[in-house]
Amino acid sequence: MASVWVFVQEENNAPSTLGLELLTKARSLGDVTAIYLGEGGDEALAMLGTHGASKVLHANAGDALPSAPVSAALAEMVATESPDLILLGQAYTDRDVAGRLAARLGVGVLSNASDVRLGNGGVETDHEIFGGSQIAVATSSDSPAIVLMRPKSIPAEPGDGGAPEVSTLELPEAGASAAKVTESHVEEREGPQLADAAVVVSGGRGLGSAEAFEMIEKLGKQLGAATGATRAIVDSGWVPYAKQVGQTGKTVKPDIYIAAGISGAMQHLVGMKDSKTIIAINKDPDAPIFSIADLGVVGDVHKVLPKLIEALESR
Amino acid sequence: MKVVVCVKQIPDPATPYTLEEGTNWLVRPSEQVLDDTDRYGVEMGLQLAQANEGTVTLVSMGPAGNNQGVRQALAMGADKAILIDDSELRGSDALTTSRVLAAAIKEEGFDLVIAGTESTDGYSGVVPQMIAELLDSPALTYATKVETGDGSVTIHRQTIAGYDVVEAPLPAVVSVTAGVVEPRYPTFKGIMDAKKKPVENKTLADLGVEASVNQKVTEIKDAPERSAGEKIEDEGEAHLKIVALLEERKVL
Repeated sequence: MASVWVFVQEENNAPSTLGLELLTKARSLGDVTAIYLGEGGDEALAMLGTHGASKVLHANAGDALPSAPVSAALAEMVATESPDLILLGQAYTDRDVAGRLAARLGVGVLSNASDVRLGNGGVETDHEIFGGSQIAVATSSDSPAIVLMRPKSIPAEPGDGGAPEVSTLELPEAGASAAKVTESHVEEREGPQLADAAVVVSGGRGLGSAEAFEMIEKLGKQLGAATGATRAIVDSGWVPYAKQVGQTGKTVKPDIYIAAGISGAMQHLVGMKDSKTIIAINKDPDAPIFSIADLGVVGDVHKVLPKLIEALESR
Repeated sequence: MKVVVCVKQIPDPATPYTLEEGTNWLVRPSEQVLDDTDRYGVEMGLQLAQANEGTVTLVSMGPAGNNQGVRQALAMGADKAILIDDSELRGSDALTTSRVLAAAIKEEGFDLVIAGTESTDGYSGVVPQMIAELLDSPALTYATKVETGDGSVTIHRQTIAGYDVVEAPLPAVVSVTAGVVEPRYPTFKGIMDAKKKPVENKTLADLGVEASVNQKVTEIKDAPERSAGEKIEDEGEAHLKIVALLEERKVL
């Protein structure tokens, strides 16, 4: 049976949703060991078991930036345990660990995978390219193969796994040159989180100015929605990076996605095309966003949005 | 302070990308542009170099073409560029790319390496971390703010919940998000000066790195298509259609 390691990070005292998605995938591929980074309370560890981990290697990096010590410790374990596949998410710390670990081991990383399969002599992965209109199938003969999977590629579902065998992953002493986390800030945020919201309202370059994003915020509040943005307006500094939806931002799959003033660049589409219902408002009738919209409104966001907001106001 | 900024020349994202028959590599025209994401790294590098009486060296790997992308970064104010354009590097993965960049950076010497978090054309998103490992340096990643102090660097590191303050001694590698600083537009003088700035060309052999890639794209297939629904022209009443759909989907 193949040996699969899965990197799972703790979030609010529980395994992250992304981590549970990865475990759900991994248990269909082989025997699963979870590399768990966090405090590791009993309930959290039990959840790793129900989602498919037969073993857990628990690491707590304290105030060290985890990537260097965790990848150093994992590299040593790889030498003795020889896993076939190490699965991580397309997420901040996952990418850091994957990059450092791969460079240490002299193997590649398959990034942005939407699916992963183990076959004869290696790993095969799917990657959505060109805004998700096509899928590139990649193979790697590296051992272990290191794969970063995009969030929401598969739903997290508990299986029938029992309590995992838990051991501690000893991290090397952080040397004088190590990076330290000296403060953690939680940004105050109203309403639902972008990644989990049932309704998302996003704005793009068609808004014309940073001020016009207020319309998006207003509509978002009315609908109890999270607000998102394209890379173009994040790069322009209109809204913070945390709101970015797309290839290099967040992947969302809400019930309703409203795209206002968004033309539908490949980079954006790949992050939202799996939304259940897509409503698009854009001036350009040929904008690519219309090819995936359930309701496409060819019109000026500066006219349509105020009327929509007013109509919702009067309800 | 010696600042090295990693930059990449990519096909203009405004033009449709195509893949080469057989290899499935991205087709790269001779005229490429500076990856927009890298403008933030260049600007950050210029500001830190200025504050610390330093220099900014650009390091770039890939088909140079007419080298317009690197000239764009030089025009912003970088002092010089090192370019690794070797036909053996075609189809390189992130590890080979990182080995090449790290070797060039090591040879050049550095206090601080700056890179974007991922390129717009390849977006593997692991090159800065790999470079850091190969240079045996800390990797301070996803920076939304960067400050240097007495032999150290401090950043705001983007997290899911907000940001962490992360600190490490120099030398170090920092990856910056878009929006970390407002990139300057090259001035006319900058563009003229860029033409005279040194661009050093290196090969794999010069750097003593071997290209070895264990990954390949074996197949390209169409994704299950999502069909378009209704498209209407707004004549003043389109918002009512949206309200009706939101009602139908039970959002209202």
